[in-house]
Amino acid sequence: MTPQPGFQWIQILYALATLFVVLNYGLLMTALVQKIAARVSGRHGIPIWQNYVDLVKNFALRSQISHGVMYYMGPIFRLSGGIGLLLFVPTIYGLPWAQNFSFAGDLILALYFVFFGTLGMALGAGESGHPHSAIGVSRGLSQTTAAELPLALAVYAIAVQYHTLNIPQIVAAQQGGIAHWTLITNPLATIAAMFAYVGTMMRAPFDVVLAPQEIPIGPPTEYHSAYMALMQTNRAIFPVAKTVVYMNLFFGGASNWLEFALKVFALYLIPAIIGVVHPRFRVEQSIRFFLKWGLPVGVLAILVV
Amino acid sequence: MKDIDERFQKNRDRTVPLREELRPRTVTTPDGQEILIEPLKDYFCEAAPKVHPKAYFQIVENFYNWARANSLWILGFGTGCGAIEMRPLMTPRFDAYRYGVQWRPTPRQANLLIISGYLSVKTLKRAIRAYEQMQGPKYVIGLGSCTINGGMYWDSYNTIKRLDAYLPVDLYIAGCMPRPEALLAGFMELKKLIRAGKAEGANKYAENFATYKAAQKSVIKDWDMPDYNW
Repeated sequence: MTPQPGFQWIQILYALATLFVVLNYGLLMTALVQKIAARVSGRHGIPIWQNYVDLVKNFALRSQISHGVMYYMGPIFRLSGGIGLLLFVPTIYGLPWAQNFSFAGDLILALYFVFFGTLGMALGAGESGHPHSAIGVSRGLSQTTAAELPLALAVYAIAVQYHTLNIPQIVAAQQGGIAHWTLITNPLATIAAMFAYVGTMMRAPFDVVLAPQEIPIGPPTEYHSAYMALMQTNRAIFPVAKTVVYMNLFFGGASNWLEFALKVFALYLIPAIIGVVHPRFRVEQSIRFFLKWGLPVGVLAILVV
Repeated sequence: MKDIDERFQKNRDRTVPLREELRPRTVTTPDGQEILIEPLKDYFCEAAPKVHPKAYFQIVENFYNWARANSLWILGFGTGCGAIEMRPLMTPRFDAYRYGVQWRPTPRQANLLIISGYLSVKTLKRAIRAYEQMQGPKYVIGLGSCTINGGMYWDSYNTIKRLDAYLPVDLYIAGCMPRPEALLAGFMELKKLIRAGKAEGANKYAENFATYKAAQKSVIKDWDMPDYNW
């Protein structure tokens, strides 16, 4: 087997380094956002390192049970969805070691990876046999499908706008100040994509999938111990990876780690702030919301381009 | 004094018939196949719990114990009046999240079962099921006098008096009812126990499994589940 042209073995080490940075950033940032949500309700909230302790605790549990092969594979699919999304998108524009494995058609692959984890989880949670898992999965799949529609349309719109499906080229076209960002050059596509962003971050008003009060707690009901730890790892990586995609497509990317940290945090705060002040949509309400408000904006974005 | 009073429960040796939905039956599937369904065998695992050894190196075990102590996930399972004392812990006034205490809605992900007050025989059955579904190491806190000696229900015909006989209790919080501050103090004590490696309730349960089961079955008359159900 001959490696791809332009491939160097050192890239694997670089990618692992990026993964390490993003994992730690994700663990700290999600804890910080939880602290902010706690401050909104007048509490101090969890310690900032709580996610690390929970992760170690879950790996340290002594007993675990399996419901079958797919149950076992569910968290693995979920985690590979998060890592795959991260690794095929350049994290930092212009920084050689944070380019990961981006290539000509990576935008399509990124769209696929956004959905991949959900599908893997659906298979795994389905095999656990718990009714709450099945309800959560059916809600999750229908809501995610509806929420992804505006994103897909927005992606087509900017693919037409920039004449490429290559994320590094899209980022390169946005360099040179805020006036070049897709946010300014194509606001409709950005708005359509933000519908999908808020809709898939598992926060209120779109958190009926997990719904801790009514179907405790949806798809991961049966997951525990190391399975749970894998899913927690993904919960740190995946939102950051998804935010990186949005940052690259619509907000000019990041040219250093500080800019990356600030932009991802600012973007992540959007669903968090919407979440702390809004009650939960039922699944048919959220689907109707996306079809009524998200989809027309996406269609309009394509028509305008 | 025995836990279930003879005066109130007549016909103690009467066998309770299995509920209809738990009886074995044959079902014809949509494609014409005949399959035998045995709910007690199909839905549950009958493997007895195992004693799980500690980590090989003491320093690793200490590290794990530190993590377990600082990440207590409570099962949202409320029995009796104490459940109302647990809720304020989530509110700004007490805010137990500061100490790494969080609530989980499913027994699979929880480590700490709080029996928050009197336990009727009917609820004991559910408490046992919830406890057995939790993954070890797992801890039990008995909250209030009712779990220690029956409290004000000491002569009730249908509540148990000593929780310790049915589940391995790591810690009791005395009072009727203890205030949320007492609960927080209890969490701190439990953390000390875990960090010292003394909270091995799951292993104790596995070691003395026969004793615990005999005690549980002596009060639960309609035992319609396998001996060990996860």
